[in-house]
Amino acid sequence: MPEYVASVGMEVHAELMTRSKMFCRCPVAFGGEPNTRVCPVCLGMPGTLPVPNRRAIEMVLRTALALDCTIAMRSVFHRKNYFYPDLPKGYQVSQYGETNPLGYAGKLEIPASGGGYKRVGIRRVHLEEDTGKLMHLPAGGSGVDFNRAGVPLMEIVTDFPPDITTPDEAKEYLAQLRQILVYLEVCDGKMEEGSMRCEPNISIRPEGSETYGTKTELKNLNSFRSVQLGVQFEVRRQTAVLDHGQRVVQETRGWDENREASFPMRVKEAENDYRYFPDPDLVPMVFDEAYLESLRATLPELPLAKSRRYQEVMGLSAYDAGLLVADRDWAAYFESAVELGGDAKTVCNWMNGDYARYLNESGNTVGSGNVQPKQLVELTKLIEDGTISGKIAKDVFAEMFRTGHDPRTIVQSKGATQISDAGAIGEIVARVVGANPDVVAKYKSGQTSVAGFLIGRVMAESKGRANPQLVRDLVAKALDE
Amino acid sequence: MPISLDEVRHVARLARLDLDEAEMLALQGELNALIGHFTDIQNVNVTGVEPTSHAVNMNNVWAEDEADDPFARDSALRNAPMSRAGLFVVPTIIED
Repeated sequence: MPEYVASVGMEVHAELMTRSKMFCRCPVAFGGEPNTRVCPVCLGMPGTLPVPNRRAIEMVLRTALALDCTIAMRSVFHRKNYFYPDLPKGYQVSQYGETNPLGYAGKLEIPASGGGYKRVGIRRVHLEEDTGKLMHLPAGGSGVDFNRAGVPLMEIVTDFPPDITTPDEAKEYLAQLRQILVYLEVCDGKMEEGSMRCEPNISIRPEGSETYGTKTELKNLNSFRSVQLGVQFEVRRQTAVLDHGQRVVQETRGWDENREASFPMRVKEAENDYRYFPDPDLVPMVFDEAYLESLRATLPELPLAKSRRYQEVMGLSAYDAGLLVADRDWAAYFESAVELGGDAKTVCNWMNGDYARYLNESGNTVGSGNVQPKQLVELTKLIEDGTISGKIAKDVFAEMFRTGHDPRTIVQSKGATQISDAGAIGEIVARVVGANPDVVAKYKSGQTSVAGFLIGRVMAESKGRANPQLVRDLVAKALDE
Repeated sequence: MPISLDEVRHVARLARLDLDEAEMLALQGELNALIGHFTDIQNVNVTGVEPTSHAVNMNNVWAEDEADDPFARDSALRNAPMSRAGLFVVPTIIED
């Protein structure tokens, strides 16, 4: 059996976080009573005139700039004509052509599996409108809710031939793209709510072959995991089809989350004759360099650039940096702590360790958390200057998380300051050594590892407050006498 | 004839027009007359004329992103041939 290479193209739809719809001023929200956010424009009533949402156009341009796209200096909207009940006008406003979409010929870099980065080419970033929602009615017929119809939708499509060749890369691409959209504050990236939707197309070909295989498209993928599993399933399924001497059928397949399998979907209509033409109701968009420059100036540092900086300038590992930049607020927290004088590695360890764990357990996010960056830095300083031990600090942090109090206040009220008085510690050491003659005898006979037991006893007797270094020194001294 | 009867049938299907043979033949004639007119247009010398997509000389007509009050649902549904539970009701399209 030949070995196969997979090719995965990614088509992502992202609902833009505008207040109002794309061509009318109906409010945009998730859920709610059906048909309560509709008007004559988004219901496609005759005689209405659509007016594009300026902010939606800016959001797509900013995304296109962040993805290193060429910007179309003149761009028009087209009508994509087809009949379906979730489409009130009988056409969807979209953007057609290779160089007409607001952005084209861009790229996104993803961390490569073997280290380093891999470039994924972006073919187009364009602006269109979402459709309504259809639901089956138990009593027969289908119900249509147009609340979503006309919500600004951005479509991002990767290059052909595809750069993505594995399920992991597909997932990584989506994760990176989602982070960028969230950083740019253009989409909330909630796949489970459908505000970000991904439809990968998958084909395989024998290794070394120049000809791409027949592709299938996957729908109904509601999470990163299902994207990864879905692509994996399709690659295996197509491999089995070819290995049995059969042909892959070009089709759209749905993903069954429970069975973790794809199934052929009955497509709306296999009709690719959309008769695109420029929408006469929507005049062209024309941009100049100064305007694009002003948008470029609003771009935040993007997650991958941040992660590289954390690694190269602050010396963090790729893993740690990746965790910090995964969430924009989390990265901002880290940066403000470092700015306040915190040591990058120490702050990072606290954040990705105890802090992340407590946030997870309590279901809070960093924005709603009790511990301010300044307080975390203060805690690390208390350890650094020997006021408290690292072990005590963990308890103090737990209390900070619970109460929001300053670490210094907590330390004082608990009497948890570290004991660094050699006399006081010496007394405990003498007591512990005196009480354990058998252990001392073992040590004398060459089993030096038993010193750890005595150190542990001393720490316990001091309720964790003794300076560990001093304890180690004094125990060693007592044993060697 | 530049436009075949099959093409008329195809376009009619896309537009959901239910035409009989006589109507299709009539439309074939009319469409060919229209296409003929485009042939005239194609003979016009357009050297040095910028292509355009719109008939009005305007660009960048945009609205600010501010939400207004939508329609009352009753008004939205009033002209619907069928509605139920706040939804427009249409015949079932996809059978499971």
